[in-house]
Order: sequence, then structure tokens, then C-alpha cells
Amino acid sequence: MTLESFFAMGGYAFYVWTSYGITLAVLLWNLFAPIVLRKQLLRQLALKQKRGQR
Amino acid sequence: MSFIPAPISRFFHRTASPPHFYALADKLMPWLTILFLLLLIPGLYGGLVMAPADYQQGDSYRIIYIHVPAAWMSLFIYVLMAVMGGIALVWRMKLAEVMLISSAPIGAGFTFVALVTGSLWGKPMWGTWWVWDARLTSELILLFLYLGVTSLYGAIEDKRSAARAVSILALVGVVNIPIIHYSVEWWNTLHQGPTVSKMDKPSIHVSMLIPLLLMAVAFKLYYAIAVLQSAKLELIKREPSAQWVKSLLENKA
Repeated sequence: MTLESFFAMGGYAFYVWTSYGITLAVLLWNLFAPIVLRKQLLRQLALKQKRGQR
Repeated sequence: MSFIPAPISRFFHRTASPPHFYALADKLMPWLTILFLLLLIPGLYGGLVMAPADYQQGDSYRIIYIHVPAAWMSLFIYVLMAVMGGIALVWRMKLAEVMLISSAPIGAGFTFVALVTGSLWGKPMWGTWWVWDARLTSELILLFLYLGVTSLYGAIEDKRSAARAVSILALVGVVNIPIIHYSVEWWNTLHQGPTVSKMDKPSIHVSMLIPLLLMAVAFKLYYAIAVLQSAKLELIKREPSAQWVKSLLENKA
């Protein structure tokens, strides 16, 4: 199988690759959004704690 | 819980306490990630490259490798949420509440993926993006149930009562699960019947089946990873001024 025919997906490239692309986007979002939010929250809490100590 | 032996109930209490659970999640994370990649990579390679094209559907059928595992996950996560809801209602276990609410967006994501990839598969094969048949409609209701859980939880200020409300919603909504599963048998639908679960004689070739099963287990591991990340955030949100969060901040600084 050539690389070209792999990407062409027998003429169904749009349907197949859009499916995989949307899936990737949703899964990445659900994985990384909580990580980013947690880091933000921890930074805020650390700042608050520092202010409280002074 | 007098009928549970003391060492076991002590073990559960310790594991379910937020700081222990948080540390456990961190310890498990690298192993889960490695296992996930070990299943995902051969699953994708097998499904997109190795498996032959379908004799009727050509290469369009390769959407199956995400569509079916995502649809399975959409049911699996909802059942887990209902179980968590039951535990949360009966034993008032905080961790069960946290796991329930952390699962909802991930389940919604898989349901959305199942619907969209189904639509993208339906268009070239059935000639339509959408039909209001039993399978598709009940899966759409499942998406609304997931979104309902998240928004109900967000709408109630006191998180303990929010968790109770959400647990009840998760338990009530579980009636939709058998409806989705059996919809292709109970009603005449455009959606095809099961190909894999007839284990005695699956109507799918083994070279197509193996990548499908690899992807299904990979998606389960993805869920484990994502739900732990989400639960870590929720635990801190629940009790931002707890002692264990303070020591977490000191260790980071």
C-alpha cells in the first residue's frame, strides 16, 4: 500500500479522516482541560496562601 | 458496615480518602499511559493499514475502529456512573460522588464521538447524515443525560446536595442503556445489528476484529487516565482549604 492510497481511503478520505480528527480533538480536550484547570487552580491557591502568611 | 471485615473496610476508607486517592492516581498514571499507547498504536495500525477493505463498504468501514469502541464506552461509562450514584446515595462516599461527576464529560465526549462518526459513516453508506430511528435517537438522549448530569451538578451551589441530585439522575437515566443496546433488535432500524457480541459466530473477520478489540480496550484505558485527571481537579475544587491540599502546595513550591 502506498502512502497516497492510505490517505485516499479508497475515495472515503473525507469521511474517514474527519471521523478520526474529531475523535482526536474530543479526546485530547477531555484529557488536557482538567490538567490545565488544575494547574491554574493550584497556582491561585498558592498565591492565596502566600498572601495569608504575610 | 459491620458485615465487612475491619481490615477491608479500613483499606477502602484509606484508599478513598482524598490525599491517598490523589497520590494513587499519580502513581498509576505512567503505567496506564504506557498500556494505553501499547494498545492504541497496534490498534490504529491494524485498523487503518493492516485490515483489508470491506468487500461492500470499501475503506469507509474503517470508521468502525472508533465508532464502535466509542459507542461501547458511552454505555459503559453511564453504567459506571449509575453504580457510583448508588454508592454515593447509600454510603455517602465522597470519592464515588467525585468519580461520578468526573466521568460525565468524558462519557459525553464518547457519546458525541459515536454520534458524529456514525453520521460520517452513515452519509456515504446510507445516503443520509441522520435518521430518527431507535438506535440513533436513544443515543442522542444519552448525550442529553450526560450533559444534564454536568449542568445539574453545576447549578446546585451546595456540592453535597448537588451530588445527591446527580446520583438520582444517573440512576434514573440508566433505563435508557438497555433501550440503546436492544434498539436494533426491538425495532426495525436503519442501523445494522450487532456484529461482535454474537461471540459464537461473530460476523466479522479476525483481521478486522483484533484491531477493533485493541481499540476498545485502549479507549477503556483512555477513560481511566482522563477520569483520574478530572477527579484530581474535582477533589481540589471540593476542599481547597484542606490540609492535604496545603501540603500539596508546599511540596510544589
